[in-house]
This record gives sequence, C-alpha cells and structure tokens, in this order.
Amino acid sequence: MLGAGILIALLLAAVAVSLSVGARATDPAVVLAALLDPGSLGSGSVDAVVVRELRVPRTVIGLLAGAALGVAGVVMQGVTRNPIADPGLLGVTAGSSFAVVLGIALAGVTSVVELAAFALVGALAAATVIALVAASARVGSSPALLVVAGSAVTAALSSLTTLVLLGDPETLERYRFWTVGSLTGRDLDAALALAPLVVLGLVGAVLVSRALDALALGDDVARGLGFRLLPTRAAAIAVIVVLAGTATALAGPIVFVGLVGAHAARALVGGGHAVRVPVAAVAGAALVLVADVLGRLVVPPGELEAGIVVAVLGAPLLIALVRSRRGVTA
Amino acid sequence: MSGLLERRAPSIPRNALPDACLATIAAIEAGRARDRRRTVGVTAGILAVIVAIGMLALALGDVPLAPAEVVAGLLGLDGAGGATFIVQGLRLPRLALALVVGAALGLSGALLQSVVRNPLASPDIVGVTGGASAAAVLAIAGGATGLTVSGAALAGALVALTVVVVASGRGVTGTRFVVIGIAVAFLANGVVGYALTRANLTQAQSAYFWLVGSVGSPSWEDVLLVGTVVLLAAAGLVVARRPLAAQALDDGSARAIGARPVVTRVAAMTVSGILAAVAVSVAGPIAFVAFAAGPIARRMRGRGPALGTAALTGAAIVALADVIAQHALPGALEPPVGLITGAAGAVVLLALLLRGEGSGTRPLTRPLTLARASKGAPS
Repeated sequence: MLGAGILIALLLAAVAVSLSVGARATDPAVVLAALLDPGSLGSGSVDAVVVRELRVPRTVIGLLAGAALGVAGVVMQGVTRNPIADPGLLGVTAGSSFAVVLGIALAGVTSVVELAAFALVGALAAATVIALVAASARVGSSPALLVVAGSAVTAALSSLTTLVLLGDPETLERYRFWTVGSLTGRDLDAALALAPLVVLGLVGAVLVSRALDALALGDDVARGLGFRLLPTRAAAIAVIVVLAGTATALAGPIVFVGLVGAHAARALVGGGHAVRVPVAAVAGAALVLVADVLGRLVVPPGELEAGIVVAVLGAPLLIALVRSRRGVTA
Repeated sequence: MSGLLERRAPSIPRNALPDACLATIAAIEAGRARDRRRTVGVTAGILAVIVAIGMLALALGDVPLAPAEVVAGLLGLDGAGGATFIVQGLRLPRLALALVVGAALGLSGALLQSVVRNPLASPDIVGVTGGASAAAVLAIAGGATGLTVSGAALAGALVALTVVVVASGRGVTGTRFVVIGIAVAFLANGVVGYALTRANLTQAQSAYFWLVGSVGSPSWEDVLLVGTVVLLAAAGLVVARRPLAAQALDDGSARAIGARPVVTRVAAMTVSGILAAVAVSVAGPIAFVAFAAGPIARRMRGRGPALGTAALTGAAIVALADVIAQHALPGALEPPVGLITGAAGAVVLLALLLRGEGSGTRPLTRPLTLARASKGAPS
C-alpha cells in the first residue's frame, strides 16, 4: 500500500509539473491562479492562455490515455496469461493506427470522435486476429511467441498503412505527428468527449477482474469455478479494445505503457486483478505524464513526443523483464 | 564433425573395421551423396526460377518485349534498337539490384538464424534493420546523402546488434534474444518517428518511401557495392565452413573438437549485420526477406543452415516481389517492393508460428526449433 501511495504522490507531482513546465516556465502560484481565477491575471494574460489552452488539455489527455493503456495492459496480461503482453506489442494499437489512416485518407475524417470510432474498429480487428492466433496451443502457451505474432500483425498493418500514406501527402503530414504518440494538438473538448469511453473501459476492467483471477488458475479451474471461458475472453477483449482504441485515438500509438502499468501493479499490490486495475491506471497515467514532461525538457525549446520518451523508457524495461523473469522465456 | 570422419577414417585400413562400422560408414556416405544430389537439384531449381523471374522482369513494362527481344536486348544484338536500351538501360539495373539486395538479406537472415539457433532471430525482427533505418533516417533528416547515409545505416545496424547481443547476455541463444531484439526494434521505431517529425514534408515523404524498401531507383554503383559485399561474405563463409558447422553442436562439444564457438558466433553475427546494413543502405529495409529466406531454404535442403540456398532464395523473393509490385497491382498503383514483402511476409510469419502443433508437420529445422531453444536457454 505504501508503494501505491508513493505512486499517487508521483502522479500528483507529474500533474503539477506538467501544468507548469514547458517552453514557457510558469510559476506554480500563477498556474493555480490561471486555473481557479483566470481574471486575476488580467485579461489576455499569456500565462493563463498557455496553462488553460495548452497544458490542461495535454495533461488531461495524458491522464486518460495513460490510465487506459495501463489498465489495458493488466487485462491483456490476465487474459493471455502472458507477462509481456501489451496492446502496443501485440499489434492492437497498430490496428487502430491503420484504421485511423484509412479514416483520414478515404473518409476525410477530422473530428476526434469519428477518429475514435475508426480506432476502435481497427483495434477490434487486430485484437481478433491476435486472439485467434493466441487460441493456438503452441503460440498461446508461449509469451514470447505471442509477442512475435504481435510484431507480425504490426508489420502487416504498417505495410498497409504505408501503402495509403505514400499516395497521400496530406494524410502523411497529419499522420507523421500523430504516429509518434503526442499529447498536443487536441483541445479539451475532444479529450472530454472520449473520457466516457475510458471510464467505460475502466469499469469493464474491474467487472472482468474476478474472471481474470479465475483464468490465472488455468482454464480447467476457471471452468470449475463457474466461469464460461469464451464469454469471459470476449468480454476481456472488448475491454482491451475500448481502452487501447480510445487511447490511440487520443494520443496516437504509444507502446509499452500497458507493460509498465501491469508490472507496476503486480509489483506494488500483487493480488487480485480488481486491486491491480486502479494501480495500473495510476501508474500508466504517471508514466505518460512523466514522459511528456521529460520530452518537454530534454531538447529545449523543442519537444520530444511522449510516445518516443515512453519507448526509450519502456524498451529497457522489457529487456530487464525478459532477462530476469523465469516465466517469460518458457 | 564431418571433418573428423574424413580425416581419421582412411588412417585405419577398412578391412580392419568390424562390419557394423563399415555399414555405418556406408550409410553416412550414402547420406552425403543424397545431400549433394539434393543440393545440386535445389540450386538448379532456384536458379531456373530466378532466370524465369528475370525474363519476366525484363519483358514486362510499358513496352512489353517478347522473350527473343529480351535476349537480343541483353546481348545488344539489335544494334541501336530500342530493346537494348530498354533492357540494359532501364530494366536490368533494377533486376540486378533486386537480386543482390535479396541475396544479401537472405544470407544475412539465414546466418543469424543459424548461429542464434532460432528461426525468429532475423535482422528485420530483432531490430538490426531497425537500427540501420533509424540511423539512416536521422542522417537524411540531417541533410546527408549517398555514402554518408550508407555509413550511418551500417553503424546503426551494428549498434543495434551489439545492444541486443550484450543485453541477451551469456549464451546469446533462444527466445530471449528475439524478444530483446523486438524491444530494440520498437526503440528504433521511436527514433525513426522522431526523425520524421523533425524533417520537412518533402524530406519526410522521401524518408517514408525509403523506409518501405524499394529497388525503384537503381544504380550500377549500388549493385556493385552490394554484390561485392555478398561475394566477400560468401567467400568468408566458405573459408569458415568448419567452425560454422561446429555451431550446430552445443558449446561444450564444439570446444571439445577444437572449435571456438563464441568467437565464431560473434564473427558470424557481425557478417550478418554488415550484409543487412549494406542491403538496407541502398534499398531500405525491405521487410521479411531476411526472415523468410532461411526457413524456405532449409525446408528445400532438408538439413543444415543452407546459407547458399538462402541467399538464392532471398534474391528470388525480392525479384519476384518487385515484379508483382510493378505489374500485378491494378491501376497506376506501383508500391515499393517492401510493401509486397511486408504484407506477404507477415502472413508467412503467422503461418509459421501456428504450424507445428498439428501432427505430421516437421519442425522448421531440427536444432533451431523454438521449443528446444527456449528450453535450452536458462534464464
């Protein structure tokens, strides 16, 4: 529990820093004033505009996308019984990306809600393919093989994505910024429009957590405890699709957050999935926000997108997991 | 190990050996003869396929040529005729580049797969081509061209390979190597994304095109460069065939017969990295060729790492995929060759992963199956 408390403190600190750090450093007192009483800073205060129009949206988006991806990681690791599962590694976010590119290029989609619809459909398609592959005993029982299958799905989808992009410079211009996982360029309304989906996914994750606890004991035990396997898996996949698809629509394809969230939850509280879900949500949100803040600091006055920083932080973690855990290579 | 038999057997008079021993020797020799026949047959078969694909590549296009015209054009027999220009000037460089790049990728993949003993350990899956791409795109975004980009790709590939090898730690075999490689590949992907957002749109577009892998803008210098590297690597592998053969043993047994398995493995990995990097530097990271050529070649040959066959298979794959990319798709759509291999290769990879659970299907290669490799790698 101490660990979870530290994690929440980290998240709060990340939020505070995210609101005050950037190309234009803002005093915490000014941030507070801008949030609570923008009038006090005088009309047209640059600080108020920067905080309210730029930093609040990206912080909210970071919180939503990070929480969604972290929880998606927990559910995915539970349903696949795979300690290195992650929506990005298994190709689900690549499905979202492809569908979003199709939406932009062919349907001329611009609003974030429509993008989210495409992202969800894409995530669903990719997750279905991965679920079918994982249903094979050989791949499903080997965590590493499932990750390889995920990288195959990612490769095929990025080939198709590229095919669309090469013929369409306008879409490429939008896509190349979206694909690195950036929290900027969306307004608060867009984020709030998708917030209900994230909440829905989080509630769904809590609801399936008992079934995931049972699944962890093996198919036979789960069946013996009265859980029906197919509906359980389908529900878990639906939760993953909603969470990963929405997060991708909000922030672009970000890899490794699910991996980090799930492992942070396991290390900090362990136990049942119902406890792990909120911890993973906090951990995922904290990771994305910290990555975003770091990205603002490393190359001033420019920025590194959060997705790139997460990849730089997450890849070593995956390597460490593969090196240390007994279960991973089996 | 085959060396032992060859060197020691003649020193003992045959009639001094018991019958059982003679029968074993006869069986081994018969097996070798079968292998040789199969190798010759397979090689001839692939060469025939490559010639057929080559004829197709030279004949098809805006001005279709009859086979006789293609041959005339190749030999320059029609004087100042159009066929000579079309074949030698336009289509032959592209075909030649596809063949040498494919051979480099095929050889690179089969070599890495055989020394890591894992069919998934190919440069395009474990981040070696990813490292090359990241470095090359960074160089392009920085305004570099030509040899500088190639040099950057080479450095990137070797850095990525070193990271994967060092992170995998002792043994450097098995699934752990592959998953660590995938982590590195995702990392490289992040770097590529960073470079793409920093470039202007025109640069980004050309970098994006390059990232797919294309042989659409060939030059004879490129062909010569890749071809030379492939030939040098092949010569090196022939010279080092005995230490390489010892890679099929576990390291203890290999040491017992006087091999230095770790030195051989690191050297082979370096050669594999150089081959992949050179191919990537001229044609971009053409997906899945390095991954698929090895398994297909081993399947045809039946045993052993089948490196030469893999090089030929890689050449055939890229040449065929390029013909498909140029001519088989509807309308004006003419995607780079990497799109074809990427989409088709992913399906092959998935099929390969799913296979083997049913009865009767043979594992890909005996010492290289994943199950064995992962069991054998203590973690």
